[in-house]
Amino acid sequence: MTRMTMIEAIRSAMDVTMEKDPNVVVFGEDVGYFGGVFRCTHGLQKKYGSQRCFDAPISESGIVGAAIGMAAYGLRPCVEIQFADYVYPGYDQLASEAARIRYRSAGDFTVPMTVRMPTGGGIFGGQTHSQSPEALFAHVCGLKTVIPSNPYDAKGLLIAAIEDNDPVMFLEPKRLYNGPFDGHHDQPVTPWKKHDLGEVPDGYYSIPLGKAATMRAGNDVTVLAYGTMVHVALAAAEETGIDAEILDLRTILPLDLEAIEASVRKTGRCVIVVEATKTCGFSAELMSIVMEGCFHHLEAPVIRVTGYDTPYPHAHEWEYFPGPKRVGAALKKVMEQG
Amino acid sequence: MSKAKGDKSPLSLFVPEPECRPGDHPDFGEMLIPEAGAVRMPPVDVEPLHIHDLAYSVIRVLNDDGEAVGPWAGQLSDEELLEGLRHMMTVRAFDARMFMAQRQGKTSFYMQALGEEAVACAFRKAMSKGDMNFPTYRQHGLLIAGGYSIYTMMNQIYSNELDPMKGRQLPVMYSSKEDGYFTISGNLATQFIQAVGWAMASAIKGDTKVAAGWIGEGSTAENDFHSALVFASTYKAPVVLNVVNNQWAISTFQGIARGNAATFASRGLGFGIPSLRVDGNDYLAVYAAAKWAIDRARKNLGPTLIEFVTYRAGAHSTSDDPSGYRPKDESSTWPLGDPIERLKKHLIRRKKWSEERQTQAKAQIESEILLAQKQAEEHGTLHNGPHVPAGTMFEDVYAEAPIHLIRQRQEAGL
Repeated sequence: MTRMTMIEAIRSAMDVTMEKDPNVVVFGEDVGYFGGVFRCTHGLQKKYGSQRCFDAPISESGIVGAAIGMAAYGLRPCVEIQFADYVYPGYDQLASEAARIRYRSAGDFTVPMTVRMPTGGGIFGGQTHSQSPEALFAHVCGLKTVIPSNPYDAKGLLIAAIEDNDPVMFLEPKRLYNGPFDGHHDQPVTPWKKHDLGEVPDGYYSIPLGKAATMRAGNDVTVLAYGTMVHVALAAAEETGIDAEILDLRTILPLDLEAIEASVRKTGRCVIVVEATKTCGFSAELMSIVMEGCFHHLEAPVIRVTGYDTPYPHAHEWEYFPGPKRVGAALKKVMEQG
Repeated sequence: MSKAKGDKSPLSLFVPEPECRPGDHPDFGEMLIPEAGAVRMPPVDVEPLHIHDLAYSVIRVLNDDGEAVGPWAGQLSDEELLEGLRHMMTVRAFDARMFMAQRQGKTSFYMQALGEEAVACAFRKAMSKGDMNFPTYRQHGLLIAGGYSIYTMMNQIYSNELDPMKGRQLPVMYSSKEDGYFTISGNLATQFIQAVGWAMASAIKGDTKVAAGWIGEGSTAENDFHSALVFASTYKAPVVLNVVNNQWAISTFQGIARGNAATFASRGLGFGIPSLRVDGNDYLAVYAAAKWAIDRARKNLGPTLIEFVTYRAGAHSTSDDPSGYRPKDESSTWPLGDPIERLKKHLIRRKKWSEERQTQAKAQIESEILLAQKQAEEHGTLHNGPHVPAGTMFEDVYAEAPIHLIRQRQEAGL
């Protein structure tokens, strides 16, 4: 066991899989010699050579399209999109191609590919470095979408993603790279090196895709969250004293329907906390799933706390970000109703 | 309209138009067509800078008299040429039957390669087992020339119970890894960069296989064409990037994708990619250029861009009527002729073939196709079935069905 930041854990996942499987290759903008703008691939080119870890042209459609071709050949490419906000030029290759190739060829060709990208706000990235586009991937049948909330999960899930035989979108909440940010932007963040969830095995392990984790057991209300919002929800429960059961979904597709249903049926109340914009976001899907599967167990209307339906504003980041105050208010409200 | 102010005259937008539309007299007089044999054949390790002229000319081998002439000639034996003729005739007869089957309501849709059979058939001949094509919907000649079963192709077209694609894909969207034929998308141009990625993988693994990407001239306007050229040139990928310029993208003439400024082949020059322009209706020229480019790729010399100049003699698909956008007799005035007629003439001139044998071969091919069609129809057609069981629609979305799909399948009762 070593204490690692999320960046180190992600790097370790690639290192371990590259060591284990010569078919794993890593490329993207600035990922080779420099090691990535967030340093996630630092040292991999030096260790594995430039044929297995290299810089790509600034062309997201090219990065994804080339990775699909490599995967069809038999490699396991793990590519980096520098920011999730930049993925859109590659979206056609993801939605029309990667997601469908197994299906349309009836299994003749497959795309075992991982597409990593930093996601979410909280670093004053403005509207082009703060987006959370996970719903755009979860809506596409054939893709899997993973969003870890801590270094241990990030490594285990990334190894599982690289070893998965289908295309996996791996969204890394960039505000969590160095510590478990709980939304209190005016307070110092405990670094992962001093946090229990920063304990990461050096070697190989994997966490199955599609399994939620109970981050806090409770009886009063279920909170469904992933990524940065897991820590915000933990802070809100602590501060309100409400006995919330906080589920970290970890993979939004496939989604752990059984864990969600079991928890909401137990608590009878549900708050959904998602950083992304509200309308047609993944929070809407979670709301539907709870209504379809748990309606008769509910004692109060389900509440969503999300980003507003505006682009991510630069100066007003903390008014926009669904922080612990808003989540705490929702917890109180859901407890008062019904 | 805004008025000119001072010394500034008003701007106007240039929108290219084809030389002729329905009712006009077709005219390809402006088209540059060098004599067969006139274009030199450089060594495969030539500096790309030294062959820029080849991107603006047309490599041709067969002349009007049916002779094979010039430096690109003499690469195929009589037997190989006879086989090539048979492949092209099979594609044409197959297309005619399947076009008819669509008209008879046996399937939803069909796309012919009428007039451009030489491109895929001759290219396939220059490839080796294990090489991979990333084709468009009009390269089924690659499958037929590679010996793939026309019966299986028909099962796919009919989406019947033996359809290897399990009724999921539109007709002609074949896939066969075994035969070097990547699954057809239907979204245009996406395969071009994938071909480059596949070739990069072959190079990363120290393999000896090469890839061929295929795209229509109209789709070169897509960004995937550009990204393919960027990646291919950056990493010197062992790939041949083929642009099939058949003049028409549904109703849109080729000038809309390129303006009147340059050739499609010349698109490669800015990337330092050796670029050839080839008579796509000349089986021998297509083969020679394909072989040259594949040799380059195999020797790790990097990518080649080839523009095959041909003509889509039929409709884009069963869903459009070309008389609505081009002169009806344009096809018959196409100056590069018909690929089957030209190879036939050459073989007759070589005294290896005759009109009589051509007629016999045509009849024999047609009866083979008819037999395969009958057998395929015994296993179903689109509207009358049988199909694969409907429950299979839930399979292959992922390697293993996730819980939401299992539930949906249960709800559907399939």
